[in-house]
This record gives sequence, structure tokens and C-alpha cells, in this order.
Amino acid sequence: MIVFVNKIWKNRMTTTTCKKMNGAEIVVETLIEQGVTDVFGYPGGQVLTIYDALYNASDRLSHVLTAHEQGASHAADGYARATGKVGVVIATSGPGATNLVTGIATAMLDSIPLIAITGNVASSQIGKDSFQEINITGVTMPITKHNYFVSDVEDLADTIREAFQIAKSGRPGPVLIDIPKDVQTAECLFEPCGVVEAFPQKKADESLIEKAVSLINAAERPYLYIGGGAAASGAAEDVLALADKIDACIGCTFMGLTAGLGHSPRFLGMQGMHGTYASSMANKEADLVIGIGVRFSDRATGNAEKYASGAKVIHIDADFAEIGKNIHVDCGISGDITSTVSRILEQCASASHPAWTAKVASLKEEGRRILDAAEAAAGDALTPKKIFDCINAAKTPDIVIATDVGQHQMWTAQYAAFERPRTFASSGGLGTMGFGLGAAVGSAVGTGGRSILVTGDGSFGMNLNEMATAVSYNLPVTVVLLNNGVLGMVRQWQTLFYGKRYSHTLLNRKTDFVKLAEAFGAKAVRVTTEEELRAALSAALSHEGPFVIDTVIDKDEFVLPMLPPGGSIDDIITAKEEAA
Amino acid sequence: MTRYVIAAYVENKYGVLARVTGMFMRKGFNIDSLTVGETENPAYSRITITLEGDDYAREQLIYQLQKLHNVKNVVLMESEGVERELMLIKVRNTPENRHEVLSAAEIYRGKILDYTTDNLCVEVTGAPAKINAFVEVMKPLGILEMCRTGVVALERGRTLTQNE
Repeated sequence: MIVFVNKIWKNRMTTTTCKKMNGAEIVVETLIEQGVTDVFGYPGGQVLTIYDALYNASDRLSHVLTAHEQGASHAADGYARATGKVGVVIATSGPGATNLVTGIATAMLDSIPLIAITGNVASSQIGKDSFQEINITGVTMPITKHNYFVSDVEDLADTIREAFQIAKSGRPGPVLIDIPKDVQTAECLFEPCGVVEAFPQKKADESLIEKAVSLINAAERPYLYIGGGAAASGAAEDVLALADKIDACIGCTFMGLTAGLGHSPRFLGMQGMHGTYASSMANKEADLVIGIGVRFSDRATGNAEKYASGAKVIHIDADFAEIGKNIHVDCGISGDITSTVSRILEQCASASHPAWTAKVASLKEEGRRILDAAEAAAGDALTPKKIFDCINAAKTPDIVIATDVGQHQMWTAQYAAFERPRTFASSGGLGTMGFGLGAAVGSAVGTGGRSILVTGDGSFGMNLNEMATAVSYNLPVTVVLLNNGVLGMVRQWQTLFYGKRYSHTLLNRKTDFVKLAEAFGAKAVRVTTEEELRAALSAALSHEGPFVIDTVIDKDEFVLPMLPPGGSIDDIITAKEEAA
Repeated sequence: MTRYVIAAYVENKYGVLARVTGMFMRKGFNIDSLTVGETENPAYSRITITLEGDDYAREQLIYQLQKLHNVKNVVLMESEGVERELMLIKVRNTPENRHEVLSAAEIYRGKILDYTTDNLCVEVTGAPAKINAFVEVMKPLGILEMCRTGVVALERGRTLTQNE
């Protein structure tokens, strides 16, 4: 009979360092043992024992208290995005736990390694609708990679270790551990262990590598298409080398921007619904699309039937279930992305495709021409393009840019320069408005450096309570608030697809964001011109603590180009006049 | 559309069935039958699923099952495997019916589990096609109630647990 071995804690120390501890102390010791230095969270009745243990360990494990559990979950997520480490968030039972839900789902959709620890009512009270009792493992089952309800303190340390292993293995993701109060107080021997490694990933079959290489060698117009998986697996360097060797251009998904390839002359930027003109068009013109760590989402492909219809497609991903899930591929390779890319790089032939290079150059030129024409028409108005010219000029490449969701997010994806890995923290898959401020706080904590939040007045309104956190910890978070008084992205869709019937997208608010920021204890300034913005950015980026720049823009700015939902590249809208 | 039988070897733990069925719901899989039971190893249960679908549905169902942490092994059963299902069926016991029910039960190697003046309860075991056929025979006689267990299946020769 076969025995399934789950627990592979081979590096468990055998020395007699075992010590009797309660469950809460075991939680804290296991987190420290797994290399955690910072956690985000919010205390409450059923996690008090864990918070008591944190109190004793405050010199070894730093805790950031946020204004809301949702902010804590986004902060832990932003921390993970910026550092590549596993983010950790702690919350109490009931509402504390349910407030994590959006944050956990955000991490799930973007494959971010996150551990959520929740307290729950004592085992004897479970199932009785006790005060602040919620079955959070049931609630989060579809939005976690895995979750646990720990019913015995003896299992606690190994459960946390296994949770870390699952969170960071293969395609990363969030894992929740729910710990009832009696397990936090119960005692047992704690046996220390080393940091658990990710599960080893499957190496791709040689025959598949050979198939991919032969497709690459036969290609005339190769397009490397990079996603979040390529960035997370650290394959960015090999991607650049592969592009050079086979003379390919590089496009990316929204999440692929986190690879930080903006410095490469081969890089065309994001493709898809709001991709750059050159990247989307090159994707269409290519005869070979090499998707690395992507999932061909609907926002990237438009109509999946028509996507890259003239091209062969190679799909390389950590998750075997993604191969062939959304589009038909000619060669699907699941398993370890980094080793697959480096083996392909070794085996493929060097090539030069001057006609394709010239074609890509002309697409880039056309994209630039479209953009210049729009900017010329706008005159002196403070357009999103100008705002990002200012930000790019003012920021250093190591600064993490976080965003919320909407037009400002797409402008960030189109115009911001991402030249280092892990300098972009934005909710791609779930599209979570209110993600950004927490994420900016988390990435500032994680990097120990500066972060910029680009947001809109709609998104900022959702979780601006975390300004309090940024002020409390005096974090160098610069908020560039693109203030247009409307829910811009929804309004854009209403303009295009709903006959300009602006149902509930006009924010008839009287919020004074400068006074609001000042009330939180932050610095703030309102700008309406490029010159004012430059001065404000210079002041903000040299200021030690949080700084809000309320940047006034026109409510009818559009995110362009745009491929209408469900359409194909042939439906691309590049100018406002075509759209309206 | 083809009918597939898929067997999953899962950890025998609290909540695992909910994880499996929850995944079916969120991925939009429509399952024809699902059975769960203990195996030769008390630490593991076996879930047998039958599904009508195309290649894409079959492939995705297997992949998504494999992604679940508590699922240890998944096998697509070959069509020549051993499949059985059990049905209990209650029909009216009338002088006109009685003979036909009893003789059909005998032909289908069913067992009479209950016999009252009003009704008869028959147990039938076999491959799903045989059960379906028995239901067709009973329909005109007036089915009062019936329940089926869903399919359990084993492959001939090799065993699932040795695939690991």
C-alpha cells in the first residue's frame, strides 16, 4: 500500500530545543522561524492571545496596525508584491475575518503569496452562532489556494509551515489559517524547524522543449508575451536574453509590467484592452506568440476565437490547468518557468528578422504619432500623459508605484516607466478599487523605501482611512490623486456603450482632499498645471512622511487605445473622435 | 458529448468533499453523479464522479481536481473498467402489477426488500445502463419513489493507488 507523504519537514532540528508554549506563542515563533519580519493586522476578541504573544516578541516581529482589516490585507499583499516574500495578515474572528475577504481574493486572482491568520471562537462555541463567529474557512474556500481550521494545538506549527509552503510553491497564492481561541491558549511542545522550501516544480519534458524550439526556429515574426508568472519566477533576465537571441519584440500583460522590462528597447508595453498601440498591433501581426507566465485572460485576448488567429502559440506556465484553458495553444509547457525558458534559450537558434524589426519600429512610430496628436490637441491642459512624464522624471527606478483601479490604473500601465522588477503593485485580476493605499503602505514597509500611490478620487474614497496608518508610521508614501470628480472608467464605458447616459458616475462631492490629508496629519497640495505638479512632486518625494498631491484633471479624458470588450484588435479605438 | 468516469483519491478529512463540490460549482462543472466512500486506507477516501461533457470539460475537471491540496491522485477510468450502481425502487403493488414487477425483478436479478399490500420495494444492482433499463420497465407500472447511489468504479488490472 502506498503511503502519501505530505509532511516534508526534513530540516526539522533534532537538537533538544523543544519548549512548552501556548498556541499563540507557537504562531509567533513559527512565523519568525519562517523568516517573517513584518505582519499587518488588527486585534480583536478572538485573537487577543496571539496579540499577547506579539507583545512579547515585538523586538523580533514587527506588527503594523492598520485602520481596517481590509487595509491590512492589501498591505500584506503589497508587501509581498514589492519584496517577493510571503505577506502575513492577522485579524480577529467574524467581521475581522470577513473584512479580509476582498484582500484575499485580490491576492488569489493575481497569484500573490499571502498568509491570513484569523482567530475564531473556542471550539466548544463553534457552530452555535456565537458572538463574532463566522465559518471563515467556508467563506474563503473559493478564494484561497488552500485553507485550514486548526482543531489541535499539536498540529498548529506544522499547519503554518505547510501553509507557507503552499503559498509560495508553483503558482503562488493566499492561504488562510483559522485558529479557535482554545487552540491559541492550549499548550504543547514546540519543536523548531528551518524555513520550509517551496515544493520542487516539475521540469518540462524534453520533447515539449524541442517542439517549442522548432516553432521558434521556424518563426519570422516572434512576439514574447510576458505575464505575472514570468516576473514572479524571476525569469525576466532569461526573457531578455531570449528576445535578443531570436530577435523578438516583447509585450506583456498588465501583471507582466511587474517584471520591470521597461528599460529594454525591445519592450513594447502592455497589450490587450488598454494596451499600447504598438504592443497590441505587434501581437496581432506576429506569426508566433510565446506566452510566458500568462493566462490569456479576457482583458488580454478580447474575443478568444479571434485572438492571434494568424499565429502559432507557445504557452509556458507554472500552472498546468492554465494550458489550453482560455485559448487553444500549439505547444503548452507547464512546470518550472525559469528552467523551461533557460532550456529554450540554450537550444534555439540565433536569428535575425530585419523585416519584423522594421515592422515593429513602424508600429511604435504610429503609436507615438497617435499619442502626440492627442497631446497636441489637448494643448496646455494637464493630461494623464503629462502627469506621468512628470512622475517618471521625478521618481527613481526603485520606487514602487501602487495604484487603485480605473482610468488612472490604465494610464499608469501605459505611461509609467517600470525598469526594475517588483516596482508595480496593482490589482489586475480582481480589479479591486481601494487596493492601492494599503498596498502602498505595505510596499513602503517591505522595501523600507518610498512608494507612490497613483489613484483616482473614486478609488481613494474607498479606503482612504489608511492615510492614518501612513501617518502613524511616518511612511514615505506619495499619493498622486487624479481628481476628475467622476468615476472615470465607468463614465468612459457609459460614453462609449451606454449613449452618454451618466448613471451615478458623477461624484457630486465637496471633499477637500488637501484639508482631508492635513486632518490625517499628512502634507498636501492641490495642483492644476504641469509646473505646479513638478514642484509638488519634488517636495513630496523629498518629504519624509506621506504627502498627497490633489491633481485636477478633465472628466472627459479617455483611456486609449481601447479594444471594446469581446472585440478583436480590428476594433481598436485610438482617438476620442472615433469613439464618440 | 461523452460520458466520463473520474476517480479521485482524497484525504479523508473534514471539509474535503466541500472543497471538491465547491470547485465544481465555481468552475461551472455539471456532474451527473458523485459517490464518496472509504478505501483500503482509512486516511483516504475515494470520490467517483460521472460527467457528460467534451474533451475540454474532462481535461479541466481533472486539472482542477489535481490542483486541490487534499486531492492526492486523479484517474480517468477506462471505459472497460468495472462500474456498479445500486438502486432502490418502490412501485405500486396491485393484482395487475404484481406479476410483472416480480418477474422483471427476477430477470434483472433484483431483490424484493419489502412487500406490503400497497407496494413493493426492489433493489437492483448493476451498470447504469441496466438500472436505466429496469426503470423503463417499471415506469408504466407506477413508480412511487426511487433512489440511486451513483456510480462506483474500479479499473481492471492496475490500481489507482499504485499510480502515485
